[in-house]
Amino acid sequence: MEHQVVHREAIGAEPLQPATIIARNVNVFYGAKQALFNVDVDVPRNAITAFIGPSGCGKSTFLRCLNRMNDTIPICKVTGKIMLDGQDIYDPDLDVVELRARVGMVFQKPNPFPKSIYENIAYGPRIHGLTRTKKELDELVEQCLEKAGLLKEVHDRMHEPGTGLSGGQQQRLCIARAIATRPDVILMDEPCSALDPIATAKVEELMDELKENYTIIIVTHSMQQAARVSQRTAFFHLGKLVEVGDTRQIFTNPRDKRTQDYITGRFG
Amino acid sequence: MPQQHIVKSYEDELALLDTKIARMGGLAEHNLGQAFDALQRRDPRQAEMAIVADQAIDVLEKDIEEQVIGMIARRQPLADDLRHVMAALKITSDLERIGDLAKNIAKRASAIAELSHPKPVISGLGRMVELALHQLKTVLDAYAERDAERAIEVWRNDQRIDAMYNSLFRELLTYMMEDPRSIGLSTHLLFGAKNLERVGDHTTNIAEIVHYLVRGEPISDDRPKGDDTSSLLVGSND
Ligand SMILES: Nc1ncnc2c1ncn2[C@@H]1O[C@H](COP(=O)(O)OP(=O)(O)OP(=O)(O)O)[C@@H](O)[C@H]1O
Ligand SMILES: [Mg+2]
Repeated sequence: MEHQVVHREAIGAEPLQPATIIARNVNVFYGAKQALFNVDVDVPRNAITAFIGPSGCGKSTFLRCLNRMNDTIPICKVTGKIMLDGQDIYDPDLDVVELRARVGMVFQKPNPFPKSIYENIAYGPRIHGLTRTKKELDELVEQCLEKAGLLKEVHDRMHEPGTGLSGGQQQRLCIARAIATRPDVILMDEPCSALDPIATAKVEELMDELKENYTIIIVTHSMQQAARVSQRTAFFHLGKLVEVGDTRQIFTNPRDKRTQDYITGRFG
Repeated sequence: MPQQHIVKSYEDELALLDTKIARMGGLAEHNLGQAFDALQRRDPRQAEMAIVADQAIDVLEKDIEEQVIGMIARRQPLADDLRHVMAALKITSDLERIGDLAKNIAKRASAIAELSHPKPVISGLGRMVELALHQLKTVLDAYAERDAERAIEVWRNDQRIDAMYNSLFRELLTYMMEDPRSIGLSTHLLFGAKNLERVGDHTTNIAEIVHYLVRGEPISDDRPKGDDTSSLLVGSND
C-alpha cells in the first residue's frame, strides 16, 4: 500500500485511501470446476476500482464473492479470506442480509422491480428499518434520486412504474436503489453495456460523485471506460488476478504481457 | 516480435506509421548530408536542391500527424500502442526540425559559396556532420528495432557533438578577432555549427522518446549538457 500511495503522488494523482476490502487467497469452485485461483487484492476506500479481463475469466464470480451472492448458487464453493473494514465477511456469525445492504450491486441489465419508482428505492430502507417515519422515507427516496441525478427527470412521476423509464434512467434508478441502503461498497457489473454514450456519461459522472462517499468496483469490457472512470485497475485472466495497479500505469505501461495483449486487442 | 493485433487493419496502420517515420528519417539524413556537401563544395545548385527537398519532409510530417490523430480518434490506442503513436507524433516533429536545420545550412551554403572558406573549420564541421548523421541513423535504427540500449548510447554520445561545437565556436571566434573581414563568413559557419549542435539535440530527444516507447519510462540520469558557449565571453577566450 505504502508503495502505491507514493507512486500515485509521483504521477500527480490523488493519493489513495487504505483498503476497505482485502481479499486473500480466494479460490472459487463451481462443482469440480475451479473458477478463481488464489486471488489476492486490496480495494481502496472511496475510489473506483475497475475489473477487466476476457469473458469467463471470473470477474463476476469475484464480485459475487464480495457480497456473498455466490451463496445462492448451490454448487459454488468459496475458500480464502475476504475482509470488509476488518470484518471477515465469511464469518458464520455474520448477517448476510446486512452484508448485502452494506455491499450493494448494480447489474448489467437494468432490473428495476415491477413497482413504482418510489417503491423501487423505498423497498430496501424499509426492510432494513433505516427510517422511522413516512416523511423520513420520502426524504431518503428523494435524496437517493437526487444523488443518482434522476430526481429532476422523475419528480412528477414518482408513483409510475420504474420499468417505464428509458434504459439509462432505469440504470440510474438501480444505482439510486443501491445507495438507498447506505452501503459502503457498490459493485457494478457492466452497468453501461446497454446504454448510449450520453446515458453512459451520466452514469460515469454519477460514479465520480459517488466515489467521494462510497467504494466502487466496476466490471467493464470497455477499456476506455475503465481508463476514464477508475483510479485502480485489476486484470483477470483464466481465473487469476494477473496484475493490479494504478489505472494510468495499467493503460500506459502494463507490467505483464498478458495485460498488454488484452488491452491492446492482441488476444487470439 | 510482440503478438499481432486481432484487427489486421490496425496492425497495418501501426506498421505504416513506422514506414513513414523511416522514410522521413532517411530524407532528413539525406538532406543534411547534401546541405553540408553543398557548403563544402561551395555549390549553390546543390544547395538549392537541398532546400527544395525539405518540402517532402514537411509533407510527411503533416501526413504522419494526420494519421496519428485519426488513429487516436478511431482506435484509441493503449499501452505500448499508445506509446507507439505518441512516439511517432513526437519523433516526426523532431525530424521536421532537423529538416529545417539542414535547409538552413543549405541556405548559408548558398550565401557564402563565393567566399573562400577556412579549411580547418570546414573539416571540423565535416566531422560534426559525420557524427550527427551517425547519431541520427543510429537512433532511427533504435526506433525501428525498439532498442532502448542503442537509444541510451545515442543519448550519451551527444556530448561529443557538443564538445565539437564548443571547439569550433572558439576557433571561429579566433578567426573573427584576427581578421574582422571574416566576420560575415565566420558567422555563417558558426550558425552552421550551431545548427548541427541542435540537430544533435533533436536526435537526443528522439533517443529519449525511443527509450520511453520501449521501456515505458524515461531515461533516468540527467541529460548531458555540453553547449557551454552561452556563458562564454569574447574576452575570456583562451
Ligand atoms: N453459476 C455457475 N455455474 C457454473 N459455472 C459458472 C457459473 N457462473 C460462472 N461459471 C463459470 O465460471 C467462470 C467464470 O465466470 P464469470 O461469470 O465469473 O466470468 P466473467 O469474467 O464475469 O465473464 P463475462 O465477462 O463474460 O461476464 C466461467 O468459466 C463460467 O462458465
Ligand atoms: Mg460477468
